Amino acid sequence: MEIVYVYTKKRSEFGRQCNFSDRPAELHVDILPDPSQMDNYIERNPCDNPTQCAQEMSEHEVNTERFQTETRGINHVEGGWPKDVNPQEMEQTIRYRKKVEKDENYINTVLQLGSLMEHCIKQNNAIDIYQQYFEEEEVSESAEEQPSAKTINVFRDPNEIKRTATGLSWHPDGAKKLAVAYSSLEFQRATKDMSFDSYIWDIENPDKPEMTLKPVSPLVCLEYNPKDSHVLIGGCYNGQIAYWDTRKGSQPVEMSTIEHSHRDPVYKVIWLQSKTGTDYFSASTDGNVLWWDIRKMSEPTERLILDPSKKGNLDNALGAISLEFETTMPTKFMVGTEQGQVVSCNRKAKTPAEKIVCTYSGHHGPIYALQRNPFFPKNFLTVADWTARIWSEEIKESSIMWTKYHMTYLTDGCWSPVRPAVFFTTRMDGTLDVWDLLFKQNDPTLSLKVCDESLYSLRLQDNGRFLACGSQLGTTTLLEISPGLCTLQRNEKALATAMFERETKREKILEARHREMRLKERSRSEQGKEEEMKDMDMEESSEDLVAQAEKEFFEVVEFELKKREREEEKSQNKADKEKEISEEKEAQD
Amino acid sequence: MAEVEETLKRIQSQKGVQGIIVVNAEGIPIKTTLDNSTTVQYAALIHQLVLKARSTVRDMDPQNDLTFLRLRSKKNEIMVAPDKEYFLIVIQNPTD
Repeated sequence: MEIVYVYTKKRSEFGRQCNFSDRPAELHVDILPDPSQMDNYIERNPCDNPTQCAQEMSEHEVNTERFQTETRGINHVEGGWPKDVNPQEMEQTIRYRKKVEKDENYINTVLQLGSLMEHCIKQNNAIDIYQQYFEEEEVSESAEEQPSAKTINVFRDPNEIKRTATGLSWHPDGAKKLAVAYSSLEFQRATKDMSFDSYIWDIENPDKPEMTLKPVSPLVCLEYNPKDSHVLIGGCYNGQIAYWDTRKGSQPVEMSTIEHSHRDPVYKVIWLQSKTGTDYFSASTDGNVLWWDIRKMSEPTERLILDPSKKGNLDNALGAISLEFETTMPTKFMVGTEQGQVVSCNRKAKTPAEKIVCTYSGHHGPIYALQRNPFFPKNFLTVADWTARIWSEEIKESSIMWTKYHMTYLTDGCWSPVRPAVFFTTRMDGTLDVWDLLFKQNDPTLSLKVCDESLYSLRLQDNGRFLACGSQLGTTTLLEISPGLCTLQRNEKALATAMFERETKREKILEARHREMRLKERSRSEQGKEEEMKDMDMEESSEDLVAQAEKEFFEVVEFELKKREREEEKSQNKADKEKEISEEKEAQD
Repeated sequence: MAEVEETLKRIQSQKGVQGIIVVNAEGIPIKTTLDNSTTVQYAALIHQLVLKARSTVRDMDPQNDLTFLRLRSKKNEIMVAPDKEYFLIVIQNPTD
C-alpha cells in the first residue's frame, strides 16, 4: 500500500517568493489495525531473544607499502688504525707498535694474560680433554620392546552418507598422499544421494581432502601409476575403468567404453610392468580379466575368461575378486576368485586354454586378498572367509600354513614390505591383526581394534612403517607401527626361508602320501568293479566289515582275558614256589 | 719490557704452540710471531668473535664477564685471553 502525498504548484506561481505560514498538524493517512492480518502470523510465545553486553570491536586490515630491508656485512680487514697512522706504511705502523709496547698498561696486561694462557696451554698438553672413551663398543641394540601400533591420523568421509573405503593406494614417491576409493559394495544399498566422489588425502591434513576425483560411478578400486605419480586408474562399480591425471583436474581424462568394459564392478586394477608404463589389467566378478592400455581406452588389448574347464565359456567362468602381479615375474599372474580358488595364469601363453596354468583351492569363500611374499615370490598369502593361508606355488592341494578360524570374516591382508615373515590382516569386527610368523604362529603378534565398524581395506607404505586401513563408514585410519615390526631382524631371512621350506616339505610329503592312498583305493575299486553286482558288494562289504570288526573285537578281548588268567596262574605258581623255598630254608635252619 | 719478552718466549716454547698474537682493543695486532697476512686475518676475526662472546656472557648475566675463550677445531686450538684493552691469542696444536 503506497502512501503518497502530492504537492502541486501552479506553473504561473514558479519563482515567486516563498511565504511561510504556520499551520496546525493535519492528518493525512490513518491506517487502522486490521485484525484479519493476524492470520498471517503465528504468535511466538515464549520468545527467546539473546543479547550480549560486550565491547563491540571491529577488525580492519591494512596493507602498507612494502619496506625492503637488506642485511649486509662488512669485513673489516685491517684493524682500526688511528687517523694519523697510515696502515700501508711500514714505518708508521712499526712506530705505533713500538709506542704501544712501551705503555705500562700493556706490559701489565700481557704479563697477566700470559700466565693465564700458560696454564691453559699446559692443561692441553697434559691430557686430551676430548678423548673418546669406549670407541670400539657398538651401540647396544634397543631392548626388546612390545610390538605396538599407534594411530596417527584419521580421515573421515566428508559426505553425509558414508560409504565404504574399498580401495587404498599410496602415492609412489615419498608416500605423502593417499588415494582412497569410496563405494558401497552392499547389494543395492547405494542411495540416490550417495556421492560418487573419491578423494586423495594429504596425510598431514585430515580435515579436508587434497583433491577430489569425480567418476561417473563410484570407484571400487584405485591405483597410482608407480612410474608416473600423477596418473591414477580406478575401477568403477558399473564395470568401467577411468583414468585421471592429477594435473588435469577432478574429471577423468578418459573412460573405457561401456560395451567393452566389465559387466560387474571392477574389483581390482593393477599396473603392469612395461616399457611405456601405460599398461594395466583389471578383474571383475563377471569372469573376465582384461588388459588395457591407457592411450587407447576404447577397447581392451587382451581378454581372458576365467573358465576352469579352459573352454572359454563365460557361463562357467569364475568371478574374480583379486589380482596379483609381481613385477619380478612379469609373465605370471594370479587371480583370486569368488568361489574360493586361486587361479594361476601365464600371460604369454598362445591359446586361451593354456593361459590358465593351475588352480589352488582350499578356501570356502571369496578370496579378498592375494599377494606374493616380496622376499619369497614362490609363497603367497590369501585372505578369505575366516582364515588367512600361505601357499607355496609347488603344492597345489593345500596351503602350507594357515591361521586358525576366526570369529569374524577376514576382509583384507598384505605382507610387510620390509620383513619377510610379517603380514597384516583386517577383520569384519574392526580389528587389525599383525602376524609375525617367526614369533608366534597360532595367534597374531599384535591385535588392534581400530574402529567399531568392519575394516575393508588395508595398504602398507613401502617403508613398512605406516599403514592405512579403510572402514565401512569411510574412515581411513593411518597407523604407525613400532620399529620392532618394521626393521629386518638379524637372521630373519634365513629363518623365514627355513620355515617356508620346512612347511613346503611337509605338505609335499603329505601330498605324496595322499596320492599313494588314492592309487591304492583306485586299484582296489577297480578290482571291485570287475565283480558283478557292484552295489550289493558295497553294501555287503560294509556289513561284512561291521561283522568282521565285531569278531575281531571279541577275539582281542578274549585273548586279553586269557592272557591275564595265565599271568595270574604264573604269579600264583611263583608265590607258591617262593613259599616252598622259604619253608625249606626254615627247615634247614 | 724484558718481562714481556720473556713471558712471550716462554709461551712460545711450550709444546705444540704454533703462534702468538697480541691485539689491542681496536683490532690492531701489536706483537706477533706469525706472518703478516695470517696475523691480520686472525686479529680481525678473533677480535669480532671475542666481542660477541663477551657481549653474550654479559647479556645473560650483567655481573658476569668473559675470562677465557677456547676454540677447538680439527687441526688446532685457538685460545684467547681477553682483557679490557688487549687480547692475547695463542694457536696451539694439542698433542693427541
